[in-house]
Amino acid sequence: MDVTRTSNSDRMNRRGFIKHIGLTGAMALSSVPGAQAQQRNPAEQSLAVLVDTTLCVGCRTCEQACNEINPDLPIVPNDFFSDTSVFQQHRRMDASAFTVVNRYQPEKKGAPVYVKFQCQHCLYPACVSACLVGALRRDAGGAVVYDEKKCIGCRYCMAACPFQVPAYEYSSVLTPRVRKCTFCFQTRLTQGEVPACVAGCPMRVMTFGSRAELIAMGRERIRKNPEKYVQQIYGEHEAGGTAWMYLAAVPFEQIDLPRIGYHPLPGYTEPVQHALFKWFLPPLGLCAILAGAMWYNKRRKNPDKDDGQASKNNTDLTP
Amino acid sequence: MKHAPANGKQFFTRGMRLLTALMLIGLGFGAYRLIAGLGAATNLSNQYPLGLWIGLDVATGVALAAGGFTSAALVYIFNREHFHAVIRPALLTAMLGYTFVAVGLLFDLGRWYAIWHPMLPSMWQGNSVLFEVAICVMLYLNVLYLEFAPIICERFIGRVRVPGISPGLNSTIDLGLRVASHVLGRIMPVLIIAGVMLSCLHQSSLGTLMMIAPYKLHPLYWSQFLPLFFLLSAIAVGFPMIIMESLLSARALNRTPEMRVLTPLARYCPWLIGIYIVCRTADMLLRGTWVFLFEPGTATFLFWIEFGLLTVVPWCLFMSRDVRASARALAIASGMYILGIALNRCAVFFLAVKPPYTEHSYIPALAEFALTFGLILCIIFCYRAAVHWLPVLPASDQSLRNTGKTH
Repeated sequence: MDVTRTSNSDRMNRRGFIKHIGLTGAMALSSVPGAQAQQRNPAEQSLAVLVDTTLCVGCRTCEQACNEINPDLPIVPNDFFSDTSVFQQHRRMDASAFTVVNRYQPEKKGAPVYVKFQCQHCLYPACVSACLVGALRRDAGGAVVYDEKKCIGCRYCMAACPFQVPAYEYSSVLTPRVRKCTFCFQTRLTQGEVPACVAGCPMRVMTFGSRAELIAMGRERIRKNPEKYVQQIYGEHEAGGTAWMYLAAVPFEQIDLPRIGYHPLPGYTEPVQHALFKWFLPPLGLCAILAGAMWYNKRRKNPDKDDGQASKNNTDLTP
Repeated sequence: MKHAPANGKQFFTRGMRLLTALMLIGLGFGAYRLIAGLGAATNLSNQYPLGLWIGLDVATGVALAAGGFTSAALVYIFNREHFHAVIRPALLTAMLGYTFVAVGLLFDLGRWYAIWHPMLPSMWQGNSVLFEVAICVMLYLNVLYLEFAPIICERFIGRVRVPGISPGLNSTIDLGLRVASHVLGRIMPVLIIAGVMLSCLHQSSLGTLMMIAPYKLHPLYWSQFLPLFFLLSAIAVGFPMIIMESLLSARALNRTPEMRVLTPLARYCPWLIGIYIVCRTADMLLRGTWVFLFEPGTATFLFWIEFGLLTVVPWCLFMSRDVRASARALAIASGMYILGIALNRCAVFFLAVKPPYTEHSYIPALAEFALTFGLILCIIFCYRAAVHWLPVLPASDQSLRNTGKTH
């Protein structure tokens, strides 16, 4: 019962959003690529990963697999990934790692919780909406991918991301890149393989599949073990939904998964933008009002002169 | 209105020599950023990707250059001829301001050489707020150059004497200037309207930028009406900025302050700042964010300084007839509000931003301060040079005498 209600309201939410973005908005700029993609429901065909943090033992094999599949990440010594001293700190992804595993000690005494972090691959990515040159785009399959050839390095994507994922190569003088998990889009997904971290995990913490099926699977796990899991799939609705989702035994805030509202972030800015530029009417209307005011005020000041004379008199518009 | 180059004084006075030296040091830090990279020159991080250069050089720069379009609207659209004297200095400030917004942005961009990418239709991304800002700023910069061009034409028409070329070529250049001046004079109404429209668009959209980060920006600053606040505060800062620079340049050039123009101009300030204050206060009350007003923290402190001290107080000052009549008091009121705008923009872009995983706070590096300072001095240098050699400021008695002497 509860489950159906969530899914209904979820659909409503999403439909509301599509209406917002798709109908009122994107029309004005429908010639721009990307605008049309927003009109379809991205959740329908998205691939996804469900991370069950209760299964993770913190072996960091996923970090190693990620490092190996991405040859442009720095080469690290072999024993780095078996070093557990890194858990003394809570790390974040940076230009040298697309994924990190952290250890958390739950408030209630118990076994430590290990959590893997990477790009959440949002259904409505704020970074993609922010990027002014389309260097970031969301593939219909769910991966949010980056094209360094387009990037100008403004870092607005980093400011926009609610999960603080994109990292920057500040050390590079001439060709810095935005760095983040690629979902193994080029290297494995397009070849029909699952992401390297998913494939490498010995504990089967991560399950790769269609998003709808994974949500059903997550709910099933929660239903079977209600005392084990928090009654929520993190990422099902957060920021409009993400492709990477989490199950956990402790509240998500305790394991550094931030509390994020359900409203997609581009839903704050894009309706404003698209309303401002709807068929270019508002800018043109403003021009018309300004021109009218200019003409009216000029006539009012020179009422005794006829139009031609007045405008001739006022060609002294040179500043 | 007669304008004349304000070249009564030597250009490289002692003050100007000092300014030039400091400016070059500041620009040296800019060179260091280009050679050593962002990582070496700045304290920007993955948590704070936007810093002082975006908050001050770019966002504040755009806001403070608003005097260009507000004064153009006042004189040409609302036909208040009385204020014609401020048009050229305001236009010059706007032109320099926007030019240095672009220059400052170049230093901040990781791949500065790719800054032209937004011009390529294949890379257009119409959902991006930043795309609109980029296109509008680019177009407006060109509008400003065209609006300023007649001043350069006026300076050189009848006075083209390029050394080393034939008189025929000189007169051809002269003819070209006359044609340009005539054409620009005819299309000036279009340029002015386009300038006001483009300004309204990107001033507001600068506010839309950070609306995409509601979980990072403090609730006292994040609002769905950020674009409106940015637009209203920019419109309101136009005249204080004109007043400030008029008073400063009068002081620097030993001219009497033009209170005859500035006092009536200041009468608009209480209204314009008042509308901004009313909107921001109403938003705070309606959304209930006033509960954060007494919660200790950086953003709260910032808000009291920026909104309380540097927006509401100058608004009260501008309401007083005595303040508007005194050059000194006007300078204080204008200066306070200008600082308030600068602090507001910095708050929205980095000071009131708290990313979810904050490891350490962001304090701009020496090079960030130095380059910002250098760029500001650079604007002053160019302003001084322009009023020295071009007919920007109203012709004073002294300058009329000077031109009389040379003729």
